[in-house]
Amino acid sequence: MNIIVCVSLVPDSTTKVKISADNKSLDPNGVSYILNPYDEFAVEEAVQLKEKNGGELTAVSFGLDKSKEAVKKAFQMGADKGVLIKPDNENYDSYTVAKNLAEYIKSKNPDIILFGKQSIDFDGLSIPNMVAEMLKLPSVNVVVKLTVDGTKVTAEREIEGGLEILETSLPVVIGTQKGINNPRYPNLKSIMASKSKPIEEIKPTYTGNKTEIVEMALPAAKGSGKILTGGADQVSELVRLLREEAKVI
Amino acid sequence: MSYKILAFVESKENKFKSPAFEVVSEANKLASELNTTFEVLTIGNDEVKNDAPILGNYGATKVNFVNLNELNSKSGKSDFVYSQTAFAKVIANYASKNGFNLILLSGSALGKDIAPRISVLLDASYCPDAVDIKIQDGKIISKRPVYAGKSYINLSFNSENIVIGLRPNVFKPVKSGNNSAEVSSVDINSLDIFDVDFSTVVKEIKVSSEKLDVAEADIIVSGGRGLRGPENFNLIENLAASLGAATGASRAVVDAGWRPHGEQVGQTGKTVSPSLYVACGISGAIQHLAGMSSSKVIVAINKDKDAPIFQIADYGIVGDVFEILPALTEEIKKVKSN
Repeated sequence: MNIIVCVSLVPDSTTKVKISADNKSLDPNGVSYILNPYDEFAVEEAVQLKEKNGGELTAVSFGLDKSKEAVKKAFQMGADKGVLIKPDNENYDSYTVAKNLAEYIKSKNPDIILFGKQSIDFDGLSIPNMVAEMLKLPSVNVVVKLTVDGTKVTAEREIEGGLEILETSLPVVIGTQKGINNPRYPNLKSIMASKSKPIEEIKPTYTGNKTEIVEMALPAAKGSGKILTGGADQVSELVRLLREEAKVI
Repeated sequence: MSYKILAFVESKENKFKSPAFEVVSEANKLASELNTTFEVLTIGNDEVKNDAPILGNYGATKVNFVNLNELNSKSGKSDFVYSQTAFAKVIANYASKNGFNLILLSGSALGKDIAPRISVLLDASYCPDAVDIKIQDGKIISKRPVYAGKSYINLSFNSENIVIGLRPNVFKPVKSGNNSAEVSSVDINSLDIFDVDFSTVVKEIKVSSEKLDVAEADIIVSGGRGLRGPENFNLIENLAASLGAATGASRAVVDAGWRPHGEQVGQTGKTVSPSLYVACGISGAIQHLAGMSSSKVIVAINKDKDAPIFQIADYGIVGDVFEILPALTEEIKKVKSN
């Protein structure tokens, strides 16, 4: 089975966001970067598919040099090959990322392409299905259960208040959601082995963004709230405030 | 640049609900600001068609209706409800054949599924999860949260076609006009959808429980580690029941296995903006605050007066959740029954 998993490097979820002087981007000072948590589920699912069906697993990332860390984490979890599609600068939108991933994927003719359902930086939930449409492939995103039997694919996808059970077939694009599996912790041996694995670098074939960030800003600070300190004795006062002042109940 | 707006709306259980009204209202507002017109497109069965005039209450004058059964009959399969690729193709082709270049739809599970495909089909700029759309110097600027709401970006668009997904529960349905939108059936054969891939089909929809989903709820009651164990979440459920609320949870208690991951609110869970969010025994880790800080009114109940959750709370009580939650539940039942 020829498997591709697409991974991205993102600021850790504990990051306190500060805005750069250009007012258009995150100030990277003091930020620690991690493999996108949803991509960990994608890598784990990909490794399990490889363990079951044999074949080769390639991890691909789009980004600057630091994104190699995402590929290395995928190596540690069991990816065989790594690719970095490296643009000249960080001015790229999700369409540009999707277009370049799609071009690369097309050249490799994989059986299955896995993504995390979204990255936790731009939260668009858009790249898996964009790539699928560019490749004219079926896709299922926000998947909490995946079964591949021969070329037949069954996926359970989370929707509001429930699940959709979908049937499709390989080749397919899958976006993984928390709950699909428990990502493995890399052992020392795989961490050591990952250090010497080469990461192939390729140039983007497309750089024309379709959106531009004109401004990045922090949400307006909230005024201080009414915090009652009298414990359970203040319950009726709280309910009064919620009814009469906030008018929410 | 002149715009012609298409509002794609979805129904739920064959009726139009709030997400549809939000999209139509915003389309109506933008049409007026851009000095242009808008039309509505929907896909459904006859019951949906019969409900469509109601969209006139929010400013729609014309609703274009695609018959779902006719669409599904193109698949050669008998038993499915929804094909992502078919919906995307219908909307994209309808827009391009009729000159619509600004497409609004809800950022629901369905909307987020089809909008990326529509944007690729139309070679369009796409903004998911918009919370505000403004016109500046004749250009459309769309605001959306990033880093789970820790910051916002304002986006401008480079393409002639634009697709914008509206975050549910943010745009307000605004009454305008009356219950008499014209409903016009779209001839499916005019849409050139013969090459649609119907290979992916929804075989079944499982409703996970009768419970309300946090992503859709107008009121959410969430519990964290302060509840001390999964056996105490009945306190959260009881309060939620008294308020007609959904139950949510912090990452800590989801990772500990106390609550299902579908309840997780935060950066690696759901991002929510209900009108009332009640955080109980949640200290307010930054990744949790990211997921709920855009709630309209935040109430915090925590024994630690220095917990970060109080910094973003509009109201709060410092105290023991085991005493406060039962008392609060009773008090709310009492005022609600009056």
